[in-house]
Amino acid sequence: MRTLKFLLQKEFKQIFRNKALLPLIFVMPLIQLLIMPLAADYEVKNVDIAVVDHDHSDYSRKLVSKIISSGYFRLAGYGSSYPDAFKQIEKDKADLVLEIPQGFERNLVRENSQKLFIAVNAINGTKANLGGAYLSRILIDYNNDIRMEWFHPQRFSTNPTIEIVSSNWYNPFLNYSFFMVPGILAVLVTMICAYMCSLNIVKEKEIGTIEQINVTPIKKYHFILGKLIPFWVIGMFVFSVGLFVIARLVYGIVPLGSIVLLYGFLALYLVALLGFGLLLSTYSDTQQQAMSVAFFFMMIFLLMSGLFTSVDSMPGWAKVIAKCNPVTYFIEVMRMIILKGSRFSDIKYHFLVMIAFALTFNIWAVLNYKKTS
Amino acid sequence: MKQFLIFVKKEFYHVFRDRKTLLMLFGLPIAQIVLFGFALTNEIKNSKIVICDYAKDAASQQIIGRLAASTNFEIERSLLNHQQIEEAFRQGKIKLAVVFPENFNNDLQHFNKAQIEIIADASDPNTASTLSNYATSIISSYQQSLVKSNLVPLQIVPEVRMLYNPELKGATNFVPGVMALVLMLVCVLMTSVSIVREKENGTMEVLLVSPCNPFLVIISKAVPYFVLSLVNLSVILLLSVFLLDMPFNGSILLLFAESSLLILTALSLGLLISNSTSSQQSAMLISLMGMLIPTMLFTGFMFPIENMPIPLQIISNMVPAKWYYVIVKSIMIKGLGFSAIWKETLILFGMMCLLLAISFKKFKIRLA
Repeated sequence: MRTLKFLLQKEFKQIFRNKALLPLIFVMPLIQLLIMPLAADYEVKNVDIAVVDHDHSDYSRKLVSKIISSGYFRLAGYGSSYPDAFKQIEKDKADLVLEIPQGFERNLVRENSQKLFIAVNAINGTKANLGGAYLSRILIDYNNDIRMEWFHPQRFSTNPTIEIVSSNWYNPFLNYSFFMVPGILAVLVTMICAYMCSLNIVKEKEIGTIEQINVTPIKKYHFILGKLIPFWVIGMFVFSVGLFVIARLVYGIVPLGSIVLLYGFLALYLVALLGFGLLLSTYSDTQQQAMSVAFFFMMIFLLMSGLFTSVDSMPGWAKVIAKCNPVTYFIEVMRMIILKGSRFSDIKYHFLVMIAFALTFNIWAVLNYKKTS
Repeated sequence: MKQFLIFVKKEFYHVFRDRKTLLMLFGLPIAQIVLFGFALTNEIKNSKIVICDYAKDAASQQIIGRLAASTNFEIERSLLNHQQIEEAFRQGKIKLAVVFPENFNNDLQHFNKAQIEIIADASDPNTASTLSNYATSIISSYQQSLVKSNLVPLQIVPEVRMLYNPELKGATNFVPGVMALVLMLVCVLMTSVSIVREKENGTMEVLLVSPCNPFLVIISKAVPYFVLSLVNLSVILLLSVFLLDMPFNGSILLLFAESSLLILTALSLGLLISNSTSSQQSAMLISLMGMLIPTMLFTGFMFPIENMPIPLQIISNMVPAKWYYVIVKSIMIKGLGFSAIWKETLILFGMMCLLLAISFKKFKIRLA
């Protein structure tokens, strides 16, 4: 126990004396937590639209003004012809070209049917898809308006209609940052702890100071614990600042569920994660190596964690990878407890899996750390 | 010149003897292409939903049948009452609940009007609104099938064409992004760390007192990473064309020239970072936090830049990868020539000159 105390003292001194590293550990993640949710907005709005109006009629003008006033679209400009408007797509000035053919108003009234041409820049598939869907919804609306002008609607509908009442629980205003902030906080804590921890032992190896420790009577698990605890504390601290200062004051997110439960899971998760960092550390010889390998795994962990895209939509083999990824569980639990107020009984399974991760990584790391080189 | 070549050779040995680092250098781009290409979609499929059917009549059964037939949904189970919906949401698996009130069919047949309640778990807002839209359109199509006559007057028929990417694949959007990310990663991170390592180990002193020009020493450190980046670039391009069926419409030569420009910009940034730090850990954290994450955020391949607040949009202009992303999209997918991208090229070139100038200015021949 006394050995551990001295080891911890050494580690903390080492961390706090490194003036170049401290701001990186503490300030960077918080700045990112401020910026990333603002940037990570998937909502499709501000679709730039270029209009080619061959008709110049009352109806075509009404249509354009209806599209622009919907709030989803921004007018990028009028083109005299389709090739002219297409140039704007090539230059990325417009995402969408709406071509209104000549005689639009006349044909619509006389022949009861009229085509409109829409060309979408589909390089970004999601945006193209949603932008197209918004536009067709507006067109249907506009179409109904015109019909209303010509036919008086019947008071009572003779067709059966189903009224759909939809409600959005937990986040009625569909605020995207509610969804992103807990996930991003989880990722930042993960990155800081995993990198710092995986570099730590390797640094002693590279500089050669590990020899001095190897010849002392310090036990293997003392050494591993001494490396683990400081980063565990830092992880807890960064998380708390993120949760109580930034998430609450800036984004107004107050956890619905129990804070104790959240911290319980975090504590367990950090042990598992740091174990993973140590494991990488024991396998590497230089910091560059440790960093590369850690980055390789972190990248895969982050992409497969369901932070940006949902795990449910992945194909079977990818779901298996997601299931073997501790970050997935942590992000899920964060969102469940903070946003939905899940209780212990709801996340029992997550706890069990995380305990398994923690034991595996740490025991493996202790076994793999050899005091003889 | 001969000295320079010898130094370059030394650096190549350094890189190739470190197997684990090589794993990342070549494994990561491949893993990213595979994951982005096959595992990550913004499409929402197989979402688990629950049904709470108080009516249990013909109409509700038919709608449930239609919901179950859709590939977007997977009906997990039926619930008895509203309390269970909340429980199901809290357990986290269920994304949507559809509630049929009592006498659903009766109301629909006799009053021509009935209600369905859709409750979405909006803790994930995008999924929630997409799923509500899917469910709504399935229900509307059922409603349409009840109406006999379908002659609608004054019909506007939109004819939509999807340019460049008619199948709406995700790959066209992210492959240029992955290219930018990998090039930045290899060049900024690896270069800065490998230079700082010599400082940390004390071997930098030895190199600096050698008769070789100190600038050449530093440049020779960058050469292997320049070559490796080009190899990586080719691997990514081959994978994306042959594995993901990406189009390649423009000139390969132009693409490689522009990529070299980005690589040089990234290398100068790596030099700058290595000149300003003295430990590998801080070099790594600066390049990771300060360069890679902004690259992911501000290139526009993950999140649309036009949605960001104005200050962030201004910041995004300072990220070299953003301009490269525009260039790659223009060349690869739109098949445009140099005349369309000279502005972006000029900006990248300016950034490179600026970074190089600063890092040479900060470069010290003597260590402290």
